[in-house]
Amino acid sequence: MKYLDEFRDGELARNLAARIRQEVEPDRRYALMEFCGGHTHAICRYGIEDLLPDNVRLIHGPGCPVCVLPSGRLQAAIELVERERVILCSYGDLLRVPGAQGDTLLKAKARGADVRMVYSISDALDIARAQPDRHIVFFAIGFETTTPPTAVVIRQAEREGLGNFSVYCNHVLTPPALRAILATHSPIQLDGCIGPAHVSTVIGSQPYAFVAADHRRPLVIAGFEPLDVLQAISMLVRQINAGKAEVENEYTRAVASEGNRKAQRLMAEVFELRPTFEWRGLGWLPGSALAIRPEFAEWDAERRFAMPAIRATDHKACACGEVLRGVKHPQDCTVFGTACTPDHPLGSCMVSAEGACAAYYHYGRFRRAAAS
Amino acid sequence: MMNRRREIFARRLDLAHGRVDMSHGGGGRAMAQLIEDLFLAAFDNDWLRAQDDCAQFAVPAGRLVIATDSHVVSPLFFPGGDIGCLSVHGTINDVAMAGARPLYLASSFILEEGFPLANLTRIVESMAHAARRAGVPIITGDTKVVERGKGDGVFITTTGVGAVPEGVAISASRATPGDAVLLSGSLGEHGMAVMAQRENLSFDAPIESDTTALHELVAAMVAAVPDIHCLRDPTRGGLASALNEIARQAGVGMRLREAAIPVREPVRALCELLGLDPLYVANEGKLIAICPADAADHLLAAMRDHPLGREAALIGEVVADDHGFVEMETVFGGRRLVDWLSGEQLPRIC
Repeated sequence: MKYLDEFRDGELARNLAARIRQEVEPDRRYALMEFCGGHTHAICRYGIEDLLPDNVRLIHGPGCPVCVLPSGRLQAAIELVERERVILCSYGDLLRVPGAQGDTLLKAKARGADVRMVYSISDALDIARAQPDRHIVFFAIGFETTTPPTAVVIRQAEREGLGNFSVYCNHVLTPPALRAILATHSPIQLDGCIGPAHVSTVIGSQPYAFVAADHRRPLVIAGFEPLDVLQAISMLVRQINAGKAEVENEYTRAVASEGNRKAQRLMAEVFELRPTFEWRGLGWLPGSALAIRPEFAEWDAERRFAMPAIRATDHKACACGEVLRGVKHPQDCTVFGTACTPDHPLGSCMVSAEGACAAYYHYGRFRRAAAS
Repeated sequence: MMNRRREIFARRLDLAHGRVDMSHGGGGRAMAQLIEDLFLAAFDNDWLRAQDDCAQFAVPAGRLVIATDSHVVSPLFFPGGDIGCLSVHGTINDVAMAGARPLYLASSFILEEGFPLANLTRIVESMAHAARRAGVPIITGDTKVVERGKGDGVFITTTGVGAVPEGVAISASRATPGDAVLLSGSLGEHGMAVMAQRENLSFDAPIESDTTALHELVAAMVAAVPDIHCLRDPTRGGLASALNEIARQAGVGMRLREAAIPVREPVRALCELLGLDPLYVANEGKLIAICPADAADHLLAAMRDHPLGREAALIGEVVADDHGFVEMETVFGGRRLVDWLSGEQLPRIC
């Protein structure tokens, strides 16, 4: 716990915030995007926006795996579990994400589908070992952080010759999403980025070099602790003041510039790049997601069950797409907190703990309410 | 008497190795034997010995309160307690939250076929011990048995009756802007003790459930400040849910200070590990008190004088707020909402 307290020290936070207020130039604008939902969560949970001067604005990025999964991919999972009578293992958050016409895995479960909530992919593998007469599909989602464990388990299934287990792969990559945001961000201008924490422990800091080189924006990789976020903001303010655009690493206790080579090798062995992949909010992005290599086709649920590509449209009032691109604040969505709440989400950003809408609903909605 | 007993129950109930079977709920001899050898022997009092279908008792003057609570906790045994003592404490506390003195308990068991009688004995003895220690007898009860697979060992429902002292009018609806919000001790121990047991997590500093009967602490508080406006025990959903309920009932808001809310280190560490917020974790031996601001110091002193209120703290105040928001100043000095719980954080915690 001592280790944790160091990153939650209130006095240190207030000093850091005071320094940011001192260093900020009053006539300058500091529009900073935190890529990850983990950062958004820490910002809202600790009320970090209250500590910042008015001209430092935090814009919430697309780094929430549940949020960026398009409803068609979700709908395909619902149809798979109901059609093929498999056991579908999923993280809890995914159960409430709307697919087509507001259907969810949770509703499918209530209709009798065998959908099970697991904490990790290895739990799904355990179920496959224990129930050889059933086929178990793991609904794999996530950025580069959760991809190596999926690779490990597919390799393990191959070693054990486990024929009743497969993975519905929805792993996506961070840099293409960041590139898309920086390239097409017309309505608002970004002055800097708070870079991913856990993702960077795997991929390192080098893959972000294009942010500085191509887009002339500073990026600071930061941990998910609230003090990490404040420190990263302080580092970005200094770079912006000095007219610099560099990739810096605040999260040195966990991130090396080359990342985790072993994890990268493992990913390359099991996965290959998809030519293109649909993201909720960002649309189709080339080279932005991973598929299971043909050598491991037996453990690829998409091939095994010939899962069709499904195009499903989101609820027409839902602004998740704009929220994920950072062009709309969660509370600017017309259905925020009315038709769309964490108990009855219309869009994915209201479901996940890492979703910007859910973070504002849980921690921050009193601000606008007080103002109105 | 002994001879007649032997005649009816020719064989002793095997409490060490026997199991619940369907006949234990069938209304026949086997049920009578289970009641006599187990429940009556443990809870032993005049009302039960009368062996009527109901218990009769004299009604004191003034207002009575009644509360009922079902217990489905899994696992049945956890560090610091079990479903038995929990079912006694839970209902005593519900009665006590009206400022009442608990008088009597009723208990109802739903047993699953095949449940080991040794475990049932442990649970019943734990209930008897808790009731005796609290000075609140269990005076009537019921037993049903469901087929194997239709229950989960044992479910216990308890109902409590209590008497409210004159001059005491405690209700959530009385929370008024300006009132002080007090908490009797550290948060999250019950929920995390159960979770640690469920997840098979072992710790250097094991977390024990805080399950306990709070009526004596309440009696001391009511004696010190009869004008307490509101009492609530933050069980399922934790402090956050209890305060949101009060805010809604009274049509007010709350402002809390995170730095003032006591949470012990092992609880914070386990919450961190499991991604939980201690504000939402269940307690079974803590209470929230809301009182006029000018009585807060006196009430806090009375709480701290009692063994169950040693770590009592003033954690915030009631404010006027049309939205009914519970807000908190974070340890960083920022503000956040302490919202209602969405969905189910920890199923079957009590």
